[in-house]
Order: sequence, then C-alpha cells, then structure tokens
Amino acid sequence: MTRVSARTLQEWITAYTFLLPVLLGWGIFVFLAMLMSLYFSFTTFNLLKPPQWLGVDNYLRVVRHPDFFRYAVPNTLKYVAVVVPVQTVLSLIFAFALDQKLRARDFFRTAFYLPSVTSSVVIGIIFVWLFAPQGVINQLLGLEINWLNNTKTSLPTIMIVNIWSTTGTLMLIFLAGLQDIPGELYEAAAIDGASRLQMFRYVTVPLLRPVIFFVVTLGIIGTFQVFDQIYIMTKGGPLKSTMTWVYLIYFWGWQEVRPDMGRASAAAFLLAVTIFVVTMVQRRFIEGSEE
Amino acid sequence: MAHATVARPTALAGEMPLWDRLKVPIFYALLILWTLIAVLPYWLTIVYSFMPKTEIFAPPRLWPSPFTLENYRVVLTAFDEFPRWLLNSTLFALSATALRVFFASLAGYAFARMRFPGRRLLFNLVLGSMMLPGMAMLVPQYWMAVKWFKFVDTLYGLTIVWVSGSFAFGVFMMTQFFKQLPRDLEEAAFIDGATWFTTYFRVILPLARPALLALGILSFQGSWNEFMLSLILLQTPDNFTLPLGLAMFRFQYYAIYSNVLAGSLFNSLPIMIIFFVFQRYFVEGVAYTGLKGT
Repeated sequence: MTRVSARTLQEWITAYTFLLPVLLGWGIFVFLAMLMSLYFSFTTFNLLKPPQWLGVDNYLRVVRHPDFFRYAVPNTLKYVAVVVPVQTVLSLIFAFALDQKLRARDFFRTAFYLPSVTSSVVIGIIFVWLFAPQGVINQLLGLEINWLNNTKTSLPTIMIVNIWSTTGTLMLIFLAGLQDIPGELYEAAAIDGASRLQMFRYVTVPLLRPVIFFVVTLGIIGTFQVFDQIYIMTKGGPLKSTMTWVYLIYFWGWQEVRPDMGRASAAAFLLAVTIFVVTMVQRRFIEGSEE
Repeated sequence: MAHATVARPTALAGEMPLWDRLKVPIFYALLILWTLIAVLPYWLTIVYSFMPKTEIFAPPRLWPSPFTLENYRVVLTAFDEFPRWLLNSTLFALSATALRVFFASLAGYAFARMRFPGRRLLFNLVLGSMMLPGMAMLVPQYWMAVKWFKFVDTLYGLTIVWVSGSFAFGVFMMTQFFKQLPRDLEEAAFIDGATWFTTYFRVILPLARPALLALGILSFQGSWNEFMLSLILLQTPDNFTLPLGLAMFRFQYYAIYSNVLAGSLFNSLPIMIIFFVFQRYFVEGVAYTGLKGT
C-alpha cells in the first residue's frame, strides 16, 4: 500500500517537472496576462501612472466611441462575414478536386499551399504593389482603380488578399478529412444505388462535419483578429474604411498621442467575448443540423 | 473516387456521363486557374526585383528585361541594418522553434501518459486559451516586458513571450500524438526499471520524430513570419526582425519599391525552400491540427 502511494507521488512530481516550463511560460504570458487584461480594462492605465480603478467606464467609452461602433465593428463583421464563407467554400471545392485521381496532384497541392507559407508582411508588400494605380492588376484588367486608396474598394481588396493567403491551409485540412473517409462507405452506398449527389449528401457531408466545424472555427478566430495586412497595406485608411477591431486596439494602446491601455484592454476583452460567443453559436448551428 | 472500382449497372450509363465526362476537365481548369493565381504574385515579385527601379510599373512580363542586380546590391550594402535583421530573424526563429518543440513535447507527454491531480483542468485551460485573441494579451505582455522583466526591445524577450504564447497549440498537438502511440515499448522499458526521464529521452523522443519535425516546421514558419508581437516589443532598428524591418522599408522606401521587393524575397525565399524540402511535414502538421483536433 505504502509502496503504491510512493510511486504515485513520484508520478505526480515527475508530471509537474515535465510541465514546469510550459506552466511557467503559459501561466505568466497567457493565463496571468488574460487576468491582468481583465483588470486593466476596469482601470485608467497608460504605463506612466499606476492603474486607477474606473469601473465599467472604459467599456462605456469603448462602445460609445464612433471609431468603435461606426468603423471598427462593422468593418470587422463585414470582413468575417465575407472571408469565412468564401475561403471555406473555395478550399472545400479545391480539396474535392484534389481528392480525385488526377495527374500532378502533388504539384497542385504544393502550389496551393505556397501563399500560406510566406509572411503576412511580404504578402502585404507584394499586393500593395500589384494593386497600385499603375500596378499589374489594373494593367491586366485594363482598369484605373486606386484599390487601396478608395473607401469603396479598400476593405474588399484586403478581403481578397486574405482569401488568397488562407485558402491553401484550409484546403489541406479538408483534403486530410476527405482522405480519412473510408472508401468502403462509398462502395456500399453505390451498391445500394445511391446517386453521386446522395453520396455527397449522406456520406461525405456527415463525415466531414467535424472538419467543417474546425475550418469555420479557425476562420472565425483568424478573421476577427485581422491586423498584419491592415498595418502593411492601409494602416486603417483611407478615412478609416479599413479600421478593424484589432487595429483600433493597437491604435488606442500604442499609436495615440496619449495611449489609453485601459480602453484598449476593454476593447480587447469585448473581442475575446465576441469570438467566444460567435464560435459557440456556429457550433450549435453546425451540430444542430445533424440530428 | 471509390466509385471507379464499382461496376455500375449499364442502364445508368446513359444518364450519368454528362457530369462524369465534364468533371475531370472542370477540375483541371479550376486547379490550373488557382495555381496561376497562387504562384504568379511571387513570380512577378522575383521578375521585377531583377529590373531597374524605374521599371517597377512597366507592363507585366514573365522574364526580367532589362535585367539588373542593382536592387540586391543596394539592399545588401546600402542599408546597414538589413544583414542584421536577417541574423536577428534567424536567431529568433531557431531558438523559438527549439524551445517550443522541446518544452511542448515534455508537457504533451505528461498530459498523455501520466496521472496527476489537476490534469484535466490544466489541459482544458491550455486548450481553451487557444481561442483567445493574441491582441487581448498584448497589453499585459508589453507591460510585463517593460515593468517586470525589463526585456522590452530585446530578442530574447521576444523569444520568451512568443514561445510562451504559442505553447498551447504545441502542447495540444504533442498530447494528441503521444496518445495514439502504442504503449508496448514504454512498458518494456518500465519493466527493465527505467525511470520516466530515461524512458522519455531514450524511447519516446526517437519515436516522436515525425511529430517533433511537424511541430518544428510549423514553429519555424510561425516565428520566421511573426509580426505583431515584434512590432509591439522591439523598438530600435538594430533589434528588428526581418518582417518588422521590411514593414519599415515598405513605408520609408515606397519610392524605390524595387528595393522593397528584392528585400522581401530574403524573407519569403528561405521559408519556401524549407517548405519544398520538408513538404511532407508541413502537410502532416496541418492535417494534425484539423483531424485529430475535433
């Protein structure tokens, strides 16, 4: 009996030794940071003076701020609502195409994934040039649009760039999911006389549902936080037409003449809650239709 | 794909073919179109980086003419900090990758194999934290770097914060991997009287090579391309990583964009070469996140 508990105790100690570096790093810079972010969001705080308790005032100042409710939130929601469905559907179609027995499959897979390998900064740099008024895209299409400097086209241009860069990753995830569906299921369905459409509806979609959920979740978490491309391509302009939630937090926290990190923290916390709620709702939505 | 192996009743043959005949050409057309869309921007970047700076908006072409190496010469010699940024990025990416892979695999092994109080709670907390937006933690991370650790504007500070912030995914991936590993070899080692530590280093790590490589590749890619955290934590140009330096380039040298394009290739070409060489592990890493994740 005592020997057993000594061994158990040893296992506990070993486990926590193995976990120590992660618990320290994650514990301080993620877990504690999140708690501090929550605390800061109820204080006035700008690095120079110690935080002073303010209550919910920061949250009121955030939601009443025109930059927040007139630009950051609508722009971000539009961005999520367009980019997530488009990149999900595109990557699913490409995964289907690649799942067929086609020649040069590996070549296509490599080419498709390429945009996901390079940094957002480089992608931003390349597309600023391609979308310039005299840039390659206008020359090829015979247009004279100032894509990034026009309030009507700036946000859609950034959407296009992001769809371009993420579709490859999502396609790989879908492809792995499709290849995990056992071939016997299709054979069985074929013997039962199922049509191609029925196979898709009753075999592929149900078995792919967890993967779809995952891809949409990844998409939502990623698109709500769009920042790098905005910074590189437009810095939120022109006239705040590409001002997004995270860019506004950055602006309030680090770019203003008098940085206001309390307000930035409140906006960041609202974003965390929003992402959580939206993810839960879409989970209910995708699982709910399953029966 | 499987239907090809099943003999279809001939009665159906008359009504099916339309889609069957069109399917392959349509798929090929789609794949070729997107391949062009995916690859052309990079190719054009390479082409124009070898052309004089006055030709930056010259009509599109697939081969540099007139050809020059001037942009590369300028980037590498006229900007003192550029080689420094390359070095900083290399150091940061290598150390961040090594630390994340090693520590995440230790923790993943503990979560997958050992029983201890708080296991479920801790694992779920770590897992749940993957949903948190990075920006939400950036204010306190910056504050800690300035006030507590005094490592703001240092490469090692950036490394520590980046690795800590990216532990969650690494731990999750390694835990999933160790869970599906057969226990036989470990049990044999335990019967021979091996401790947890020797078992981990002698038996587990060699077996985990594919997962370690997959996580390593993803980590290198993530840290090599990292931008937002460096933007907040690094301040003097001498300490910049390459993406941060290039971002500065993009705004300061907009008038000589050929130089900016040439500079950007120092960031994208290395990671592309690594991708071509280790492609299998990239694909496995991504597949891991997707499949085993749900």
